[in-house]
Amino acid sequence: MITAETQSRSADDARRAAQMAAAQAGDRAAYEALLRDCVPFITVVAGRQGVPPDRRDDVVQDVLLTIHRARQTYDPARSFNAWLRVIAERRAIDLMRQVRRHGARELHAPIAFETYPDRDADPARGIEHVQASGRVAEVLANLPASQREAVEALVIREQSLAEAAAATRRSKGALKVNLHRALKALRGKLERTE
Amino acid sequence: MTTSPHDSLIRNLGSDLKPVQRLRPPALRALGWLAVVGALALALATFANTHTMWERIGAAPDMWLAVSGSTATAILAGIAAFELSLPDAPRGWAWLPLPGALLWIGASGFGCLRVWVVPAAHVADMGEARDCLLFIIALSVPLSALLLLMLRRGCPLNPGLTAAVGGLAVAAAAATLLNFFHPYDAAATDLTVHVFAVALVVGANRMLGGRIFSLAGVTSGRLPPN
Repeated sequence: MITAETQSRSADDARRAAQMAAAQAGDRAAYEALLRDCVPFITVVAGRQGVPPDRRDDVVQDVLLTIHRARQTYDPARSFNAWLRVIAERRAIDLMRQVRRHGARELHAPIAFETYPDRDADPARGIEHVQASGRVAEVLANLPASQREAVEALVIREQSLAEAAAATRRSKGALKVNLHRALKALRGKLERTE
Repeated sequence: MTTSPHDSLIRNLGSDLKPVQRLRPPALRALGWLAVVGALALALATFANTHTMWERIGAAPDMWLAVSGSTATAILAGIAAFELSLPDAPRGWAWLPLPGALLWIGASGFGCLRVWVVPAAHVADMGEARDCLLFIIALSVPLSALLLLMLRRGCPLNPGLTAAVGGLAVAAAAATLLNFFHPYDAAATDLTVHVFAVALVVGANRMLGGRIFSLAGVTSGRLPPN
């Protein structure tokens, strides 16, 4: 059994190594097949690192982007699975650190959130919201393209940072900065128009 | 065929795919950077009084031991930095320059004792020590820029550590080359300035390197430019 499993594993590894070598030469079909094939493997590695199920897709996306960025560093003479496992483990650890940092800053209190009365609640604010959203659309249209792109991708289309980064060909950091600047500009312009 | 939530990302990555040249082994790439340092050493040697330098280095065992230590540190830290620039490299590579660094620090520290043993030794004053500092920093700027650009071709998943070890290689190389224009015997003031310069170069590399690797998409998963 062990021998059969080892053989099937090495055949699997050899196939992935060959696909990666083809991808290094520019074979798109082999590359996309390889990336699809890697997804379950990465998910398993993320699970073993203690990444909660709802965050494993984030690790998968980060690892796929890392494979893309690092594809020139892979040596087909070496095990692809071992290469991928180390990258997936490191990305999972990075994500867990981020989760812990956020967890240390934020308080999870759903009952308090649901039951706490909003003293400033005003039914008329709904109308103001409609008017404000019109102004927002107008101000948004006047933002620089890079900032508008960040708002459209991350806020309006609700894409993840990794998806938005791939779609816009900008780094996650740049997207965050652009979004921050866009929101700041929106806030400033809306305050002026009020 | 089932659709995966990652399909759009995979298609985007596929559309961005271009043939890439496989990186050469890290030791070979390190050799490329060290060759530039060697060429710089040859160029500086034409301006320096090498006869005096060899006389000074040969005069006491701690002097040539310190030079051997800084040279070994530059070579080992250079190799370690290129190894660490690979995404699957074990962090243990960061320990590679330790033997060279211990020899360098130990021999330089021992040299300080000579001030008491040989009272006539020419010890650098503060002005001269400042020149050493400026020399190390000035030489470190182009060497760091080259090294970080070369390391960027890898994909370090520990950008800070990789850049710091690269900074150690740069600082050790600059300190080695300083010997061409360093007609002083080791002393506490001189050693302090050298330690400060090395720490500054390593710290600056760690800080800037992390940002440079981040701009290259190493830490934020950015797609490389077309």
